[in-house]
Amino acid sequence: MAELEARRTSGGKLDMQAEPMVLNIGPSHPATHATLRFVAELDGETILKLVPEFGYLHRGFEKESENATWTQVFSYTDRLNYVSPLMNNVGYALAVEKLCGIEVTERCKYIRVLVSEFSRIIDHMVCVGTNMVDLGALTNFWYFWKPREEVYLKLIEPLTGTRLTTAYGRIGGAQWDLPEGWVETARGVIKNSILPMIKDVNALLTKNRIFIDRTMGVGPITPKEAVARGFTGPCLRAAGVPFDLRKDQPYLVYDRFDFDIPIGEKGDTCDRYMVRMEEMRQSVRIIEQALDHLPGGPVNVDDPRFVLPDKTLVYGNIEALMNHFKFIMEGVQVPAGEVYSATEAANGELGYYIVSKGGGGPYKIKVRPPCFPLFQGIPHLVEGQMIADLIAVLGSVNIIAGELDR
Amino acid sequence: MAVERPQPGSPGYALTTLESLVAWGRKYSLYPFTFATACCGIEVMGGFGTHYDLSRFGAEVVRFSPRQADVLLVAGTINYKMAPVLKRIYEQMLEPKWVVAMGACAASGGFYNNYTVLQGIDKILPVDVYIPGCPPNPEGMIDAVVQIQKMLETGAPRAAERWPIKA
Amino acid sequence: MTEGIKSVVLAKLGERFGDAIVATHSDFGDDTAVVRREQIVEICTFLRDDPALRFDMAMDLTGVDYLGEEPRFEVVYHLYSLEKKHRVRIKARVPEDDPTIDSVIPVWVGMDWYEREAYDMYGIVFRGHPNLKRILMYESFVGHPLRKDYPKAKRQPTIGPEE
Repeated sequence: MAELEARRTSGGKLDMQAEPMVLNIGPSHPATHATLRFVAELDGETILKLVPEFGYLHRGFEKESENATWTQVFSYTDRLNYVSPLMNNVGYALAVEKLCGIEVTERCKYIRVLVSEFSRIIDHMVCVGTNMVDLGALTNFWYFWKPREEVYLKLIEPLTGTRLTTAYGRIGGAQWDLPEGWVETARGVIKNSILPMIKDVNALLTKNRIFIDRTMGVGPITPKEAVARGFTGPCLRAAGVPFDLRKDQPYLVYDRFDFDIPIGEKGDTCDRYMVRMEEMRQSVRIIEQALDHLPGGPVNVDDPRFVLPDKTLVYGNIEALMNHFKFIMEGVQVPAGEVYSATEAANGELGYYIVSKGGGGPYKIKVRPPCFPLFQGIPHLVEGQMIADLIAVLGSVNIIAGELDR
Repeated sequence: MAVERPQPGSPGYALTTLESLVAWGRKYSLYPFTFATACCGIEVMGGFGTHYDLSRFGAEVVRFSPRQADVLLVAGTINYKMAPVLKRIYEQMLEPKWVVAMGACAASGGFYNNYTVLQGIDKILPVDVYIPGCPPNPEGMIDAVVQIQKMLETGAPRAAERWPIKA
Repeated sequence: MTEGIKSVVLAKLGERFGDAIVATHSDFGDDTAVVRREQIVEICTFLRDDPALRFDMAMDLTGVDYLGEEPRFEVVYHLYSLEKKHRVRIKARVPEDDPTIDSVIPVWVGMDWYEREAYDMYGIVFRGHPNLKRILMYESFVGHPLRKDYPKAKRQPTIGPEE
């Protein structure tokens, strides 16, 4: 360890007049989730310098959204962080509602909290599952995929109609209300699927000697460095900084719930894993409280400027028909201005900066992806360590390329 | 079918030409190379999971090296930065190989019609099976594998034999 | 300048940098200050270090293209303070014929890639950036795609038949 430090601080000078080897960990690689690329300068197995490259999934979200109406952008936001799409919808809806100056109904707020927390749980399951696959522990992947399928088939599909790309949120509410029996099914899924699997994976990993050797001390970061680099989310909390938007700048109804924020100590891979596992349990707490206090009432706000009129009125009343027509053809009319709205997504702060010049579509939407500063900080986490550590760190930082590249 | 059985369940004996035997062996042991870039990749993972089990059809061994794979399963949007990489992976695979375009983005660019997205991988590769959907259900992916198995069984020509398509 | 401004952040900013602040507003609950681009590094250093403001986290940097207005581009910074839990947005206009502005990497090291993305998408050049190259698009791409005069479907294929 001491000679590694010496080599790192002496500018990577190698002995015996050797040259560093340049290795391309290319875009089509199983551990890089198939869209990230690293060019690593190696001395043996030690990484001296790491240059990441991305953009292999750049799909032009901003350019497409400039030519769409406000409601059509919901479909594009699904595909940003595609393992927890409902959270992106909620974040975008909150941003546009801040610009319009409307506030949704109580029931809609609770529903948004419920879907966000379920999305957070499934996102963490993907992260831990694929991270462990990269380290060679395949069982956790299969174990975590079972509750994911339960959430998809029993909760998300009856609610929104599709499994993954939901486009469930609308400006001023949601697409439709919860179906009958959803609340009981949700409780059943938590009790029978999610909690037992978290317990099983915990039993397999947390006290496992191999896991601890592979992840403890790998990719540490100090709180000061993490803040300077713009880290947010579980990676920042693992470094020891208690920053969570649900507590610091509460939105929706998070201030009514009782939950804790897990904080790590050293910011290494093991801490990130522990923070994610604990966050899943805290999300279950929030969901149970929300299910207990779910209010009745309408889901959509009662404002004809933003919500489609009821179908019976559309067929009978001429004003409702014209209202419906204008909405579909021209889009919701949002006032001019600019707004930045941030929510706590599974990976960190997901921010939407929206510039509007009035009219039916946005002028510009910029998404502040939580993975962007995390991916930028990976060279800092990994330089001086070995390639196998790079794979462990990359999995634990949870880079979702759809969000990173937009 | 290559193997004859006098009664169901009893041991059978091979009764046919060598090609049928080889086809029978090939179709139940396809090795997919999942080139999963975007959201369809999550549904691919779901297809390999325990609920929609792809290993029932023999295609469970996922190989991350193109030299060892048979089926190139392109799941997700391919943009112009990634297209040369995809073409190179395809060229590195050994014959016979099949290509499956999973999802709307791989089939035709999806709803991204802009400066950066390749409008369908069939602009650069011969595609055997297209799976519609955004993202398709894992059952769609299973259907694609079954279609390839049918192609193998009937001896239908692969798309690579008709490539490049001259207008 | 500082009379009638209810926000602590904007008031302190106006009092220290008087004429470098072109305009301020707090529409929709977001404190915003439009500043002159020449003093951006000083302003950002003040925002980071002043004990009442303490904006230690730079959340986002982006460019906006206001085609038809002069100056055409605008560089927008979003900042957050972990200690004081407040946010501010700083905007600086940059003209089309000289789209340069100083890089704020000396203030927050995490702004590196955000500036590269603004360069890639809009063509705004950040003076003092150690590695100003394209980040999302491929090297052989010509033009800056998010500018309003770049047509959405204008493709520059790297491989395959032309469209």
